[in-house]
Amino acid sequence: MDITAYTIDLTLKPTTFDAWHVCLAGTAAILAAALIITLLSMVICLARRKNNHEEPTVKIVEKVVQSEPVVQIVEKIVEVPVERIVEVEKIVEKIVQTPAPAPVVLKEASADAALQLLYLLQNDARFIDFIKEDMSAHSDEDVGMVARVIHEGCNKVLDEHFSFAHICKENEGDRITLLDGYDAAKVRVTGNIVGNPPFTGTIIHKGWQITDVRLPSTVQGYNASIIAPAEVEL
Amino acid sequence: MSFFEQMKKKAAETSPKKDSKKTEDVNESEVVEDVESNDENVDESTPEHENTESHEMTFDAVEPVQNTSSEIDTSEGKHFSVGIDLGTTHCVLSYADVTAGDDEFSQQVMGISQLTSPSVVEEKLQLPSFLYQAHDAELPAGSIVLPWNSEPNYIVGEIARSLGSKTPIRLVSSAKSWLCHAGVDCKSAILPAEAPDDVQRVSPFDATKAYLEHMKDAWLHLYPNAPLSEQDLVITVPASFDPAARELTVEAARSIGLGQAILLEEPQAALYSWIEQTQGEWRKQAKTGDVILVIDVGGGTTDLSLIAVTENDGVLDLTRVAVGDHILLGGDNMDLALAYTVKAKLEKDGKRLEPWQVQALTHGCREAKEKIFSSDVDSVPLVVPNRGSSLIDGTLRSELTRDEVNSVLIDGFLPKVEVSNRPVSRPRAGLQTKGLPYAQDAGITRHLAAFLAKQQNAADEFDSINLPEGATFLHPTAVLFNGGVFKAQALSNRLMEVLNSWLTTENAPEARLLAGADLDLAVARGAAYYGFVRKGKGVRIKGGTAAAYYVGVESAMPAVPGMPPEIQALCIAPFGMEEGTQVELADDEFGLVVGEQVRFRFFASTTRREDVVGTRLDYWQDDELSELNEIEVTLDQENRRAGEVVSVHLGSAVTEVGTLELQAFSNKDDGRWKIEFDVRN
Repeated sequence: MDITAYTIDLTLKPTTFDAWHVCLAGTAAILAAALIITLLSMVICLARRKNNHEEPTVKIVEKVVQSEPVVQIVEKIVEVPVERIVEVEKIVEKIVQTPAPAPVVLKEASADAALQLLYLLQNDARFIDFIKEDMSAHSDEDVGMVARVIHEGCNKVLDEHFSFAHICKENEGDRITLLDGYDAAKVRVTGNIVGNPPFTGTIIHKGWQITDVRLPSTVQGYNASIIAPAEVEL
Repeated sequence: MSFFEQMKKKAAETSPKKDSKKTEDVNESEVVEDVESNDENVDESTPEHENTESHEMTFDAVEPVQNTSSEIDTSEGKHFSVGIDLGTTHCVLSYADVTAGDDEFSQQVMGISQLTSPSVVEEKLQLPSFLYQAHDAELPAGSIVLPWNSEPNYIVGEIARSLGSKTPIRLVSSAKSWLCHAGVDCKSAILPAEAPDDVQRVSPFDATKAYLEHMKDAWLHLYPNAPLSEQDLVITVPASFDPAARELTVEAARSIGLGQAILLEEPQAALYSWIEQTQGEWRKQAKTGDVILVIDVGGGTTDLSLIAVTENDGVLDLTRVAVGDHILLGGDNMDLALAYTVKAKLEKDGKRLEPWQVQALTHGCREAKEKIFSSDVDSVPLVVPNRGSSLIDGTLRSELTRDEVNSVLIDGFLPKVEVSNRPVSRPRAGLQTKGLPYAQDAGITRHLAAFLAKQQNAADEFDSINLPEGATFLHPTAVLFNGGVFKAQALSNRLMEVLNSWLTTENAPEARLLAGADLDLAVARGAAYYGFVRKGKGVRIKGGTAAAYYVGVESAMPAVPGMPPEIQALCIAPFGMEEGTQVELADDEFGLVVGEQVRFRFFASTTRREDVVGTRLDYWQDDELSELNEIEVTLDQENRRAGEVVSVHLGSAVTEVGTLELQAFSNKDDGRWKIEFDVRN
């Protein structure tokens, strides 16, 4: 079979112009126009959609709404999604803007209460005198003797002004189990911290908690920084 | 539906969507907050850890720190029974709400706000009975203030004691003992007795008033809607207080608006407290025929009382049958004795002690003593640190051993003596007129022996109490201790041992110890309970006056040159005179001159129980009658001429308050005059 017999000679031009050719030309022209219109409308549509992309979401919701039988509920549901969208956007924005946790405002310790405690320890137990004394100049025996007095006095001051309690009831060395949600401020776990609570471990220190504070009140204008006035005997 | 609930609902609806968006694992409560606040300053990065209480499984549920300063006054319309222990060294106030009027009685001791150092105010259960007369330049301006008064008249309480420990010349102490001190005018400014002229003085009366006023104001500060003047108030006094001292105490209370106060003897208060604490069980511990000996050794005084238990129509009756003399001997003497023992030891080593060191030693000995008594250590080191900022240089050290404590305290204050032993009294040397008449013999057991022997017949009137033939003293069957001294088991054991040895020699059963008393606070607690008892809510101790009282009258006999006229004692109030009764000596007439002060000598006897009103004694044993401050009466000139002689007779009454009132009644008309106790010397 000779292939050349099917070859189309593109150089060929119609030599005659009949009604068939007119029909063909018209059809081609109509198809081209239709294609252009379609393309143009698509471009316009895309352009519009970029300008307001919310419209379709709302439309979809509205469609769902229409299936609901009661009118009051329709209003409510329409309202909520709008608010919800705003809400989510806000949080997303925040996370994007501040990846680090917000700064914490630190509470400054009151100097007066601390000074007052020093006053009590010095006044009733000579605590400052003892701590500030040059210990290297004295023998262990001398220091030990005086330490007894200071220790006793300090203990009295503490007991008088604070109530103490151990955080763990159990004894040190006992094994205990910390359940999920235990208070990490009260109990600090250390060592092999893996997996999830409950944790089981050994009590190293029972902890201390102050359950009551009974500090004396002071008069307005009291200079708390004088923790021991100079004493002059006349 | 509240706004918050609405928010919560919204939040619940919102959360699933959040999870899907994987924002963050924010918990619900924070979302609520977020929606609620709706503004920009949402502080969501600090999660709170407070709501973890329910998660604790194995830990102590310790109470959170509480701020005790903000108390809310809930006293509106409430009524309290208040007891004040006006002690020689400490005052305590105890009270109970009796508004409900039911038989429940639960009481508490008030924390008394007081200065503990300049500008520092603290609440303490005890108000030290000290008053300090500060120098104008001594303390910073504005540092002596109280929560209720920016300019208190007097410095009292803990601050007075601590300032006075370093400057004793300005310290007023033991004002109460001065009230009962014959020979001084308690309303004249005499304290501090040994101060230089520069120091402004106060009277024992004003000092007592200052302590009472402080407690009154502290109470008002706590209960602004229930002032103390509107509550039932009981003030305790030593059983050995004479009528003048009782009158002064009541007068002090009256002068600060506490006119409703009534008196109660301290040993009785201690017994009331014991009755209250046993909650009805006392009827099982005490039985008919019992003689309860109450031994109250306070900081500065020893007070003894005997209370008989009898039965009347099947109900147990308590009658206070005898009280001891006013013995100025107490726990403070014990600490001082120990300090002097240690001082002697140190001086043997060639060390000289300064007064402040002795004082610090006294303080150290008090604590060492408690340690030795409460544990089984045999010696406690005593260290007196240097006063300067360098502690160790110049530190004084010694130790207190168990043997020393035993020999000084147990053998010194509670010696094993025969019941026939009596307190030693030596003639006092030199100037003793200005000071308090401290007991010369520190042997409490000797004082006790003398008391029991003197009161041998105290319970004779009761059929159920019979002493065996040949008994030389009244046999107590039960003992109640009071006072912090007896917290030391060794001391109470020794006292019981000595008492029981006396009882055994007379073939009497051993006395038992009534347990369960609160040694420090019992008197105040008992006083508050007494206010409750007075409403008919419990057993009441009967007793009346603890002594018979006499006025001295000159006997009608020719004068003998050089000899004072003989004195007769005329009984004006019998022993055991009940509160609310009065008697008159209608047969004995006196001629009193109008406008002139007339003075009588005044005597008391704690042993003469048979004397009735009008009994004249020509002769008495030295220990039978003791002379008190003189009494005086001045007939006012109203409706009378000056110099006119009015015929009167005397009479006496025991008030509901518990004081003795002496009066002169006109024989012609209805004129009457009060006879005063407080005599100017």
